[in-house]
Amino acid sequence: MSPATPARPRALFDWVAPLALIAMVAAFVRAIWFTPPEMLQGYAQKIFYVHVPSAWVAFLAFGLTALAGGFWLFLKDPRLDRFAESSAEVGVIFTTGVLVSGPLWGRPIWGAWWVWDARLTSTLFLWFLFLGYLVLRGAVDDRDLRARYSAVLGILGALLIPFIHLSVYLFNTQHPTPVVANPTGIQMPGVMVKTLFLALFAFTLLYVAFVRARMRLAEERDALDAAATSER
Amino acid sequence: MTPPGTLAAAWLIARKDLAIEFRTRSAFLSALVFSLLAIVIFRFSWDPTAVAALDLAPGVLWVTFTFSGLLGMHRSFGVEAHDGAMDALLVAPVPREAIFIGKALANLLFVLGVQAVALPAVVLFYNLPVGNGVFALIGVMLMAAIGLACIGTLFAGMVANTRMAELLLPVLALPFFVPIVLPAAQATAQILADRPLSASLAWLRILLAFDLVFVYACTLAFPFTLED
Repeated sequence: MSPATPARPRALFDWVAPLALIAMVAAFVRAIWFTPPEMLQGYAQKIFYVHVPSAWVAFLAFGLTALAGGFWLFLKDPRLDRFAESSAEVGVIFTTGVLVSGPLWGRPIWGAWWVWDARLTSTLFLWFLFLGYLVLRGAVDDRDLRARYSAVLGILGALLIPFIHLSVYLFNTQHPTPVVANPTGIQMPGVMVKTLFLALFAFTLLYVAFVRARMRLAEERDALDAAATSER
Repeated sequence: MTPPGTLAAAWLIARKDLAIEFRTRSAFLSALVFSLLAIVIFRFSWDPTAVAALDLAPGVLWVTFTFSGLLGMHRSFGVEAHDGAMDALLVAPVPREAIFIGKALANLLFVLGVQAVALPAVVLFYNLPVGNGVFALIGVMLMAAIGLACIGTLFAGMVANTRMAELLLPVLALPFFVPIVLPAAQATAQILADRPLSASLAWLRILLAFDLVFVYACTLAFPFTLED
């Protein structure tokens, strides 16, 4: 464990945050005004530019949480654990975004808010895993033990998601097949693809900004804890 | 005295846990009574004229097994909490994987014991036509029980050191039970409907793959959950 972090000037301003904000505004403006509505689904399809990037960030956040946990088990670097904690918390927000934007689209297009489809169910369980992960972290006081447990849960969770996907896929599938990550190539007009990639970039930047902010909080909390312990 | 090998040590630990369980019978009896109650109460939550018992039974069976299994596994590290028993186990000259395998083995036998009583109870109360499928059914149960015991044991060991352990175990373990309960319930439905085994082959493959991956992963992960 590193000794109490030397008083580093507190970075109040993070350049990633305004960049993310600009990118988000640009992506939304482009998606709303400069991208034509889809022929069959009409304006409902616009939610695609929120839904898909949120889903990308949700799974990215979980993957990175699991990865950071795995590295922590061997390196024991507190920064990795702080990253895992932050990434999981930000991941919950984006997963919630997926789970909210999906039904909003599903209602007019499928005629149902929710269906028990493989992608929907895996995302729902990703959300449950994230929440369980955060509840577990909240229930362990010892910092080392907390990092251990959450690392193990993160890794097992990463193994679990494909199994849930596979078993529910066999059970029932209704979600549209991916139009971009499709084995036969991108099944979408170029103008929409560009908007999607802009949105993906903006959401990823937003994730980075959120995680950085959350990590600064975790750092200060840990420094405070260390100071309080040395005081005693 | 030379220290026993991994599997021998695991067997010793499993025997110890089972001996404690056999002498107190507290967890087994409560898990059993819980299962029977759940089976009976489920019967009243559906309209018997609208839903056939045969359609109901697989779901009831698997939900019951899952929850009764959790009841028992929760105790498996609870018994080590007193008198520093866990520390004694950790200083014993056995590999830490052996502790996990032993605990998981005891939990597996526990779950199978509950199933051995609950399955006939479901067959009886729901008038199920179990004829040819009985061995296939036992096979499905064994495969599912291995996965349940493995995940349950790992998480039970973790939550034993947390606040609100009773609540946390289901929150952590239930998502992991989805790829066990879903294929098991589907395969059970196929078997009870007297369809050929090939109809449930895809489900059995998922169960088998889950068992292989998670028995290995949990055994490897367990030593990491212990303090050095």
